[in-house]
Amino acid sequence: MSLLRRRRRGGQDHEPGKPADPEEEEEEKKKPEQRRAEKKKWSCLDNCCWFIGCVCVAWWMLLFLYNLMPSSFPQYVTEAITGPPPDPPGLKLRKEGLAAKHPVVFVPGIVTAGLELWEGHQCAQGLFRKRLWGGTFGSVYKRPLCWEEHMSLDNETGLDPPGVRVRPVTGLVAADYFAPGYFVWAVLIENLAQIGYEEKTMYMASYDWRLSFQNTEVRDQSLSRIKSNIELMVSTNGGNKAVIIPHSMGVLYFLHFMKWVEAPAPMGGGGGTDWCAKHIKAVMNIGGPLLGVPKAVSGLFSAEAKDIAVARAIAPGVLDQDLFRIQTLQHLMKMTRTWDSTMSMIPKGGDTIWGDLDSSPEDDYLPSKRRLNATEEAIDVSSETKRKRKHYGRIISFGKDIAEADSSQINRVNFRGAVKGRNMANDTCIDVWTEYQEMGFGGIKAVAEYKAYTAGDLVDLLSFVAPKMMARGSAHFSYGIADDLDDPKYLHYKYWSNPLETRLPNAPDMEIFAMYGVGIPTERAYIYMEAPWAECHIPFRIDTSASEEEEEEEEEDMCLKDGVLSVDGDETVPVLSAGFMSAKGWRGTTRFNPSGMKNFVREYEHAPPANFLEGRGTQSGAHVDIMGNFALIEDIMRVAAGATGDQLGGDRVYSDIFEWSQKIKLKL
Amino acid sequence: MAAILRFRKLCFLEPSSQSSCNEHKKQRAKRDERKMRENCDAGEDGLRRKGVKEWRCIDSCCWVIGLMCTAWWLLLFLHHCMPASLPGAEPPGVRLRRQGVVALHPVVLVPGIVTGGLELWEGRPCSDGLFRQRLWAGSFAEIFKRPMCWLEHLSLDNETGLDPAGIRVRASSGLVAADYFAPGYFVWANLIENLARIGYEEKNMHMAAYDWRLSFQNTEVRDQTLSRLKSKIELMYVSNGYKKVVVVPHSMGANYFLHFMKWVESAGGGGRGWCAKHIKSIMNIGPVFLGVPKAVSSILSAESKDVAFLRAMAPGLLDSEIFRLQALEHVMRVSRTWDSLVSLLPKGGEAVWGNLDWSPEEDHVCDWGTRKYQQQSKTKGNETDGRHSFQVQEPTKFGRIVSFGKTGSSPDAISSKSNASCGKVKTEYDEVSQETIQKIFEERVYTADTLLDLLRSVAPKMMKRAEAHFSHGIAENLSDPKYNHYKYWSNPLETELPEAPDMEIYSLYGVGIPTERSYVYKLSPPGKCRSIPLQIDSSADGSHNGCLKGGVYFVDGDESVPVLSAGFMCAKGWKGKTRFNPSGSATYIREYKHIAPANLLHGRGLESGAHVDIMGNVALIKDVLRVAAGASGVELGGDRIYSDIMKISEKIKIHL
Repeated sequence: MSLLRRRRRGGQDHEPGKPADPEEEEEEKKKPEQRRAEKKKWSCLDNCCWFIGCVCVAWWMLLFLYNLMPSSFPQYVTEAITGPPPDPPGLKLRKEGLAAKHPVVFVPGIVTAGLELWEGHQCAQGLFRKRLWGGTFGSVYKRPLCWEEHMSLDNETGLDPPGVRVRPVTGLVAADYFAPGYFVWAVLIENLAQIGYEEKTMYMASYDWRLSFQNTEVRDQSLSRIKSNIELMVSTNGGNKAVIIPHSMGVLYFLHFMKWVEAPAPMGGGGGTDWCAKHIKAVMNIGGPLLGVPKAVSGLFSAEAKDIAVARAIAPGVLDQDLFRIQTLQHLMKMTRTWDSTMSMIPKGGDTIWGDLDSSPEDDYLPSKRRLNATEEAIDVSSETKRKRKHYGRIISFGKDIAEADSSQINRVNFRGAVKGRNMANDTCIDVWTEYQEMGFGGIKAVAEYKAYTAGDLVDLLSFVAPKMMARGSAHFSYGIADDLDDPKYLHYKYWSNPLETRLPNAPDMEIFAMYGVGIPTERAYIYMEAPWAECHIPFRIDTSASEEEEEEEEEDMCLKDGVLSVDGDETVPVLSAGFMSAKGWRGTTRFNPSGMKNFVREYEHAPPANFLEGRGTQSGAHVDIMGNFALIEDIMRVAAGATGDQLGGDRVYSDIFEWSQKIKLKL
Repeated sequence: MAAILRFRKLCFLEPSSQSSCNEHKKQRAKRDERKMRENCDAGEDGLRRKGVKEWRCIDSCCWVIGLMCTAWWLLLFLHHCMPASLPGAEPPGVRLRRQGVVALHPVVLVPGIVTGGLELWEGRPCSDGLFRQRLWAGSFAEIFKRPMCWLEHLSLDNETGLDPAGIRVRASSGLVAADYFAPGYFVWANLIENLARIGYEEKNMHMAAYDWRLSFQNTEVRDQTLSRLKSKIELMYVSNGYKKVVVVPHSMGANYFLHFMKWVESAGGGGRGWCAKHIKSIMNIGPVFLGVPKAVSSILSAESKDVAFLRAMAPGLLDSEIFRLQALEHVMRVSRTWDSLVSLLPKGGEAVWGNLDWSPEEDHVCDWGTRKYQQQSKTKGNETDGRHSFQVQEPTKFGRIVSFGKTGSSPDAISSKSNASCGKVKTEYDEVSQETIQKIFEERVYTADTLLDLLRSVAPKMMKRAEAHFSHGIAENLSDPKYNHYKYWSNPLETELPEAPDMEIYSLYGVGIPTERSYVYKLSPPGKCRSIPLQIDSSADGSHNGCLKGGVYFVDGDESVPVLSAGFMCAKGWKGKTRFNPSGSATYIREYKHIAPANLLHGRGLESGAHVDIMGNVALIKDVLRVAAGASGVELGGDRIYSDIMKISEKIKIHL
């Protein structure tokens, strides 16, 4: 602005300024020497220096001012705009007189915990004990291929490749912040500290989330360390049992741990059949994908998720360009397919849980339904009749028409046993090898011909497109439903993380909480298409053009958008997966829960932050942001300070989880 | 901000126009003038000229800063372009790995005093925003930002030696607790990195971090640190295929681990034989088994060699009352709440440290130049020469750990002291009466025995608190049931080693650096705000064999710990089967001669013998790695001695 002003004035000056010229000339004559000297001084380089100096000074000034600012200033501004914030739960509960009682164990989920380098190839020099995952991700930009090489595991064993050791960070720092400023556990930790928790009563059970669960014990003895730490904390805290707080995949990991610790020594931890009863007061699962997540399927199938599909819809071509041979997705796929843990989250329970071609438990889901209240049920029903039924059971369907067609109209050609062509001997793609290159045209055709895949077909599909990965994974994970839990085969560790194929430990006093956010559209099924052929491409991709066209539906009512069918959930885990076990599978004394331990469902309705200043919000229900949800933190703290589930108020449900659970016919 | 932006635009426009059009000088000049006029409230010539000058000044400032920044970035860029490691010395881990040395025994690192990080878990309002940030170690940024707040949080309660109400400061945990003390200043990092090269990682390497401000038993009472260490060692033992652990304590960590071994077999519930079952060897680096004289001076007057030296260099700076800094008083007030300091006081009394006329190191030759020469050439002729030269001289009386010199103000002079105006920084000296100080002064000389009385009179609260946790004597009869009390556990002269005949004890320390051994004190010159009445007499110099310098007598050692304290137990006290070592655990002494880094590029040196820098000593790292990979002391080559430790030990007559 000032620039403009000056220009204008300069212009004005020019015309009446003529008489002033001689004056100036005079002055110039007076000291020509000086001026010439100055002219010489200001070369281009000088100008650059000068400019940089200016920028630096200005930057320092700002930094200085920023540092001078009292640390409470941003908070003050926020308060001025949004009114006084609620007391953080830690402070509030402290005033109520709550104090630390039970030791607390955090079990982080996939992706959120840090990994650091202990031994690497030449290219990773100087990164010893620096974070490769989490933190600033600085090395990703500096040496991306080196980074990818170190983050990958061995394709055969699922363990370290030779010469590379990447290990989980230990201690609370492992997962307090994922990246600077992006909290995961930090808010919870801080609030717990306010009622007296510290490192002797708080333990972050970090593990290498890339490995299969049993391999974390084989390679790092992670399970033994958790066992020893829990025992230590219980004994040094006067025998108060531990409260376990797993998040996301940590829920499955801890399920595995509970079976492991009670199993006899060579395969298990040898803790005896009452270890859990003796050491655990409550397991408070946050957003647990107990029955898997459909997102894992798209991740494994085409290294995509909703976000990537949206990016592709917005800027088609960027991701797929062969320019620069970036091939980001292929690299990503190559890397993630070496991670066994991703396979722990493939939907479990098959068609019984996730629905078949025609029906699924969430069929009647309508995003706006919950917002209209029970009083308006009539409208609800009428609107429902208008809508086409969504076939959520078809987790992958090729083409929108297939997704919406009646099951009788789908003509499926079985892909199992189809001959895979071996034609891609093109060496241009050698460096980004994915298993798709071994499939050939025939294989790809066969996959597309099957048209619609339900949860039961998925495992077969994945074994078809990624046989090596699934061979590795099926030794560690299982996705079925047990007919007879007494079958001795269920003693094998591969069943331990599947809640439908294991029993909970014998601990009648233990409590299990399912805590998760609701009210965010969550990926449930995908519409795929064959990618336009290119040799170095992943042959399938989400069909982003598939969206609901019905005009009478409001935007927020659209379940199908950009090729993704969504239901209620916390943005990552559908309600069904997070809630079903606690709502029905484990409720009361069932065959999965023989000792009848109490189960509680605690849902947290998502309320997005009111404005930018609130950051990620204190009432969020999103998968990771929920860790900053005050209501959830308060619940956890109350339990940690000794409350039981009933004292918390029992179930707290906003979604239709109980109705949906009723629809699932599972022998209990 | 808007103002700054406008300023920047102004700045930018002007010179660029100057440079861009060289051809139309005249025109440009006009334009310049116009701009000047705008900038400086156009009008009078004088004002204009002034404006011109001002602009030039700011411009050149910017220019200089810009130049500096650019140069800096350029250097930084070059630095980044440089290969990560300078070609040359291969790290010992790589060499050993090539020789087939691989990780075998789990390793436990026990940090010493001061080097471990402390972080805040709960604090007063002034510490807002520091939750889980480091108060100690790391960048120390808070000292500058809010010094008083920082001091308040680092202090412990004066009565209990535990947390003050409303403050919880806890030790950091994990390897990060003590890998670097400050950015770039390694403590354990080098050792950790080399261990990693032969296959160690966090499952078989553990940093036994503890709150080093507390007395050893209190770390268990408050944080259950000893229990955690026990559980950790047991876990590592089991999960690494029943391989015993190698413990590597540093500095005070050696005493801490002594305490742990006694604790684990009694109160810790491990039972007799726990150590024999779980510990392969203990590799004490620069251990302070018998205490350090440095601890005395820091309790007495919050000083040490460095402070005394500083005072000699710039007299008046530290004592100045301007700004009412009173840095030493603050340091004293805080450090006197730390019980652990008392664990470092000289142990064993006159029998070990010498009396008024005798000390074990009395024939020590302090001519450091000659000494180095002797060590390098190692010819017999030179050695006899050295001995000859010593015989002429009178032995130095190191036994007088604190003596009041000839100089210094008379006690009457300080009687006018009034601290009414300086009530802010209260040290315990405020409660010590004038007569006591006078008495202290008149006593003149203190040996290791009488020293404790001296400290009791000047720091009554601290000694009362801490003497419930530490003892400094020599046991007459170790089977006396009183020695079951934990206060004796960290004193090697009042406890038996655990029954573990296969366990090995190493003492690894640097030699060849002058190390504080005793002090010449004087009464402080009177001052309004000075409440420490004693200070090191930095004017005392030279007379005794060159051992006295700046009020401090020096002997051989690693800059902090005299050879006597680090080596005696392994050289004599525990050697063979003695009453302190009933099962006859093997002991080894490995000394590392200090060789200062040749140039700046070597940083803190690969052959340093200094107390902390020795952790980067290649020979020491090699020894630790070999033992961790399964070697025994004999395979390492047994004792390796450069100093007179054997002779010194011979002179100490204690019942073994």
